[in-house]
Amino acid sequence: MRKLYLMTAVLVIGALFLGACGTATPTEAPAPETPPTAAPAAPEATAVPAEPFRVAVVMPSATNDLAFSQSMYDALLVVQEQMGGPESFEIAYSESMFVIEDAAAAIRDYASQGFDLIIAHGSQYGSSLQEIAPDFPETSFAWGTTLDTFGMPNVFAYEARSEQGGYVNGVVAASLSTSGVIGVIGPIETGDAKLYVDGFAAGVAATNAAATVPTVWTGSFSDTALASQAAQTHIDAGADVLTGTAQMVAGAIGVAQESDVLWFGTQSNQAVLAPGIVVASQVYHWEVVLAQMIELIQGGTYGGESFSIDLANGGEVVEFNPDYSVPADVQALADETTQGIIDGSIVIPLAD
Amino acid sequence: MIQDLLTPAVLAGIVYSGIRLATPYLYATLGETIGQLSGVLNLGVEGIMLMGAYAGFYLTFRTGNPWIGLLAAIVVGALLGLANAVITVTLKAEQGISGIGVFLFGLGMSELLFRMTFGSVETVSGFGPVRLPVLGDIPVLGDLLFNHSLMVYFAYLLVPLVWVLLNRTTWGLRIKAAGQNPAAADALGVSINRVRYATVTLGGVLSSVAGASLSIALLNVFQQNLTSGMGFIAVALVYFGGWSPLGALAGSLLFSTVNALQSWIQVLGIPIAPDFALMLPYVLTIVMLAVPFRKARQPAALTKPFERGEG
Repeated sequence: MRKLYLMTAVLVIGALFLGACGTATPTEAPAPETPPTAAPAAPEATAVPAEPFRVAVVMPSATNDLAFSQSMYDALLVVQEQMGGPESFEIAYSESMFVIEDAAAAIRDYASQGFDLIIAHGSQYGSSLQEIAPDFPETSFAWGTTLDTFGMPNVFAYEARSEQGGYVNGVVAASLSTSGVIGVIGPIETGDAKLYVDGFAAGVAATNAAATVPTVWTGSFSDTALASQAAQTHIDAGADVLTGTAQMVAGAIGVAQESDVLWFGTQSNQAVLAPGIVVASQVYHWEVVLAQMIELIQGGTYGGESFSIDLANGGEVVEFNPDYSVPADVQALADETTQGIIDGSIVIPLAD
Repeated sequence: MIQDLLTPAVLAGIVYSGIRLATPYLYATLGETIGQLSGVLNLGVEGIMLMGAYAGFYLTFRTGNPWIGLLAAIVVGALLGLANAVITVTLKAEQGISGIGVFLFGLGMSELLFRMTFGSVETVSGFGPVRLPVLGDIPVLGDLLFNHSLMVYFAYLLVPLVWVLLNRTTWGLRIKAAGQNPAAADALGVSINRVRYATVTLGGVLSSVAGASLSIALLNVFQQNLTSGMGFIAVALVYFGGWSPLGALAGSLLFSTVNALQSWIQVLGIPIAPDFALMLPYVLTIVMLAVPFRKARQPAALTKPFERGEG
């Protein structure tokens, strides 16, 4: 009898495990069913490909995180639109792949299924990609944010020069702050988060040398509670403007809204979350680099190059929230700063 | 630099945040304490918290009424607690393993439901701060203690309630008997399984409410994995608190206060590496867990399914 119970229990647990993993299995984005095609055929260099271009992306959080993962998903949808819809551009994605081993399995799966381009959207996936890519020389891989292609002919790399939009945000923040205390909430001191925070601080310093920019690192990209606590602490310490990066900031934006403190976003446009207090967001438009990669792949080049999005190439745009009216002189200063970064007259000093 | 921490404003900030942030830990730790005292370890607290956070958030979002959200969290918590009781009490599953199953279920299911019902991250207006009459007007203390969300007050009110339940009622005696010496209690006519069903279900309700306290009172958002490990901390705090409601209170407060402290250390620019500051609350918990006398209070039948005629 006891054995029966044990077996039942194991079955129940097994079912629970499957339930949990269910959301992490590859999900097909809205796309019509395509008949199974033969093994990854050689890319056709002709103008109108008969088969759809197939892209798969593996990302650490959800496609609706209003941050890093969403920025890539939104970009893929834009590219899909440009390329003529789901019939000619197929998107598959695996989200919430916070376990690197699961991500590696998904990447390998997509490669075996003959996708044309597989994007590992997160620098934590780099070592997995380095292992997998040589096994599929006919498949193109991309990863970011980094500039390191491992010297492999079928790996692209991409990064965001997030310090640029960060600098513009910092200039505007310093112009709007009356207390001169501007709080920053960062996840882990690395990658585009560190660049953004450094750029933001530089922008503040260039505009108001007396302003302080205290920074709290939460040690996590997803800890909403810690981010909201950091926001509260900043406000208690006198901050009247806040900014932050990574998907955890939703909690911090909530706190800012409650206390009527201004917010500057990055990665995705965060104005939808709190239209009353979000002044501007630096938005990543990865479609700029995706378009270049796809063109190369269609021309027979599977990798070996790295790309950046920045203000100059339109891959980064500081989007102001239409519901928040910025004084005309501040808006002018923002535009001037953006222009200065694009033409090189403003050089952003970055700490190492 | 360190003396910056000792200004009245900073101390007040730490105390206020400490009180506020202890809320989810308090609910979850009290619920888990009751369950463990009856002999059932539930490692799935985190999963139930996530489901409660989602259910509370969803109904608050749809109806605009956080009370309906809270009610939803209670119902979901009771159902999951009941399911957990079936697995651990009736099916006698290995509790350490089945709890992980409950956690993974909650993690995956809350995310899946969130995705199906919300296109994007949203906010709600939940239980905002309420300044209590009279008490709230006391200088300094009024601001620190009596200007919180209703869900914060409820959490603190639960401490004496659970204490009375455990120490001044027959039901409390039965719970502890079921955890210490189930065979003897059974011989005296106490239905061990019935007691454990009740405690595990109640534990589920409190875990679920702990999650809702985040999504509809403290943070007012829902995101995937919103609780990020709080449920596991709550399980540790049960050991830390020596299976007593007052210990749970002390543990929750210590943990949340040290957490608030690390935020201030970073905001004030005190040159301690942020990684170290973030580690502080966890290190403290482990240190306290190592204090030997606590082990002696552990319910003797913890994690042991009850089988009549054994032990």
